[in-house]
Amino acid sequence: MTKTVTLTIDGDSITVPEGTTILEAARQLDKDVPVICYHDATTANGLCRVCVVDVNNGRVLQPACVAACTDKATVETRNERVERSRRTILEMLNSAVDLAEAPEIQDLMDDYSVDRERFPDAKRREHDLKDDNPFYVRDYSQCVLCWRCVQVCAEDAQYTFALTLDGRGFETHVSTAFDIALTDSPCVFCGQCIGVCPTGALKPKVEFGIQQGWSMEDIQRSTRRPRRKNITIED
Amino acid sequence: MTVVQPERVVRTTCPYCGVGCQMNLHIKDDLIYRVEAPFDSAPNYGNLCVKGRFGLDFTTHPRRLKQPLIRDGEGFREASWEEALTLVSKKLSQIVRDYGGDSLATYACAKATNEDNYIFQKWVRAVMKTNNVDHCARLCHAGSVTGLQLAIGSSAMSNSIAEMEHLDTFIVTGSNTTETHPVISLFLKRAVRQNGAKLIVIDPRQIELTDFATLWLRQKPGTDVAVFQAMAHVIVTEKLYDETYIGTQTEGFEDYIESLEPCTPEWAEAISGVPAEDIRQAARLYAEANQAAIYWGMGISQSTHGTDNALSLANLAMMTGNLGKAGAGLNPLRGQNNVQGCSDSGGLPNVYTAYQAVNNPAIQAKFEQAWHTNLSPDPGLTVTEMVDGALTGRIKAMIVMGENPMMSEPNLAHAQHAIEALDFMVCIDIFMNETSEYADVILPSASFAEKAGTFTNSDRRIQRIRPALPPVGESRPDWEIVCELARRMEAILGVPESAGFDYADAEAIWEEMRAVTPDFYGITYERLEREGGVHWPCPSLDHPGTPYLFEEGVPRGRGKFWPLEYGTNSELTNEEYPFHLTTGRVLFHWHGGTMTRRSKLDEAFPEPILEMHPDDAHALQLVSGDWVEVESRRGQVTCRVMVTGRSPQGTVFLPFHFVEAAANLLTLNKIDPRAKIPDFKMAAVKLRKAETPQRDGHDIPLEERGAIKEPTRYVH
Repeated sequence: MTKTVTLTIDGDSITVPEGTTILEAARQLDKDVPVICYHDATTANGLCRVCVVDVNNGRVLQPACVAACTDKATVETRNERVERSRRTILEMLNSAVDLAEAPEIQDLMDDYSVDRERFPDAKRREHDLKDDNPFYVRDYSQCVLCWRCVQVCAEDAQYTFALTLDGRGFETHVSTAFDIALTDSPCVFCGQCIGVCPTGALKPKVEFGIQQGWSMEDIQRSTRRPRRKNITIED
Repeated sequence: MTVVQPERVVRTTCPYCGVGCQMNLHIKDDLIYRVEAPFDSAPNYGNLCVKGRFGLDFTTHPRRLKQPLIRDGEGFREASWEEALTLVSKKLSQIVRDYGGDSLATYACAKATNEDNYIFQKWVRAVMKTNNVDHCARLCHAGSVTGLQLAIGSSAMSNSIAEMEHLDTFIVTGSNTTETHPVISLFLKRAVRQNGAKLIVIDPRQIELTDFATLWLRQKPGTDVAVFQAMAHVIVTEKLYDETYIGTQTEGFEDYIESLEPCTPEWAEAISGVPAEDIRQAARLYAEANQAAIYWGMGISQSTHGTDNALSLANLAMMTGNLGKAGAGLNPLRGQNNVQGCSDSGGLPNVYTAYQAVNNPAIQAKFEQAWHTNLSPDPGLTVTEMVDGALTGRIKAMIVMGENPMMSEPNLAHAQHAIEALDFMVCIDIFMNETSEYADVILPSASFAEKAGTFTNSDRRIQRIRPALPPVGESRPDWEIVCELARRMEAILGVPESAGFDYADAEAIWEEMRAVTPDFYGITYERLEREGGVHWPCPSLDHPGTPYLFEEGVPRGRGKFWPLEYGTNSELTNEEYPFHLTTGRVLFHWHGGTMTRRSKLDEAFPEPILEMHPDDAHALQLVSGDWVEVESRRGQVTCRVMVTGRSPQGTVFLPFHFVEAAANLLTLNKIDPRAKIPDFKMAAVKLRKAETPQRDGHDIPLEERGAIKEPTRYVH
């Protein structure tokens, strides 16, 4: 027999097998806990902290995606502490990363009344667009470092290990080893990384071309001649 | 930048390999700009490979056929549908009248839908009165099909893809799964890495899966039977077999044991080069597992002893009781999106739908009644026999639906002579290809993205495809084209009652198919819509479908052990032709390349490369990127060489997708006597350093072309 634990989430009682995360339990009760880095198909790491919830009014909030349910716990998925925490996380993310193509995060920012100008002097993560293969482009200015792409490239799906994290602290970014072109890396271009990317950081080249307003011929030409740096249309 | 909003998102099934991945096509301005996979749906659960994710742009390639074409001297002229259909139906009717239906050879299509293929074989059988219908399954899994039919009476994959993650022990042999069935390989890797499954790879090439293997047996090419027989020998001498299963479910074990007598691991070591101790270990691992499955591909099947290879695997499974339970079975991995379905739909010379034999009087009577006509009880010709028949004059005309025999047949020069000898040839295709160059009439068909229907994947799961794009030009779904031809021919030939070629849509065809096919009876479009896919056999509407086979025993009644003798009819190397050539596929391309070479996939792998062992390269003073001429007794090709430890010494590997160095100019048309499958994996060749040819991209260094790289260098 699996051991079970019983807890209340926003006043509703639920009994779940030991080891169930708070996120899973909350979803069973149809409670809305927002996530950014979490994806059903990848290993949860509790990175973005937007899923934090209040457990037993404890000293710190806990990330619901990795925190296990404990017996007799009282969980609040959205109170003032939680809201303030989520709002601050979103404001900081928005200050450094281009979130224009992340509609779900935009909705969250509206939901949490985010002040989009809260940190006007913040340094932004800026990267050149990487266009080094016939299939897709990488714009790490839009990357929130959720790790999902790195994970599906590794043990969560593909076992190819083409992507990794490079740099430290603020300079941390997703990269191939030594920043070599994807065509030189072990990448097999399965595109699982695009399938889990929560922002517009990774996208098929055709989609990028449509965004840029390219003609059909330009789109086709762009897949024919991969370039290493910024995209320019002439030649 | 703003997010691109799709005008529509269409759920469909991938048109490439036999995994049958479910995908959502995001479309704007009639352009597929993003392909996503639903995370909650079998068989791929959110995963795709490069071909499915990025390789669908062939659908909008400018060179899609837009109008019927009729031969005009050396070239073709555009024609109206009316003119082309009238010409084809008159010509074919004339040939049927003058020479009889058996003078026609027809290729059904492993890429078209079940509905297309059902109508095609119905036309061939009911209107032209011949069973000369076959397709490229003959060139890929005929060895497996024949072997498994002999041993257990059913040739489909016994397990579902969903079971793979929970495998305990499994063998992969003759399949470079990570490149040919990439999404299946993810589940195999996961079984090893997450669940601690034991993997035994038996393959001459150092494929990526060897890095995940508990044990890798590197046999010399063509010595598979010796290795499997020796494993059986170990299982018998160490009494690791399953007496209950053998006693209750099989026959012929005693005779088989006797035949095993000489097959010691040491005997196999001398033949195959695999250390005897490794064979013992592999046998123990396999036999002692609670459940063990075997997966294989072309390496087993495409051989003059392909049937023996499959039989020897069936023997292993039966003696250890590894059949009829989840995660245990015999699994030939099918190469094309609907090669299973084309066979299931009657695209074979000896059977109607779901393997109902043409020479069974009761079955014949059932179809005669359903189609209001008399039918031939004589099994027809296989594709390899059709080609020979064209040379002898027995075959006058050929109808090719969506296949490319001028790339996929062995010994292409021989096939070319045969096709040139024909009086009349008609091709139905989405592109002009190497075969349709020889056609008299070419009819443009709609691609998978432009029509409705069903595909059956490798694990017998029937899934829907749905129209996502408007048809290109005047192209039409294959079944519509065939119905037009069939109706016209019936009128010309004056049949008293039509066999029925008037359908409102693909679903109406499926309804007829399931009415004449007990195994499909429980599957309807409405059910596929609701459930996403159903594994046949599914005899009734409340039947859940059958993810794994043989729970109630094998169809043959008792599984039969077939004594085997090791021997080879393959072409052997000698002083003049010292290298052994084996052919196969690469990740970025698919079969004859009709689709992938008209896609950006071709940018990633733009040219053929010959893989060669470093010692061989050293002896010939070759380095990666050098041009070589590869010559067999039948032909020669020129391409660049890639020096890699992936090939064993003495063996070179050449993919068969590239017309500029068509591997099948080199292969020989020697066939397995029972399965009629050619020996694509064994040809003797000689190599010579060549001048750089004038060819697109010849001046670009090999390592700078697309994503071509030394295949073992980055394997993890």
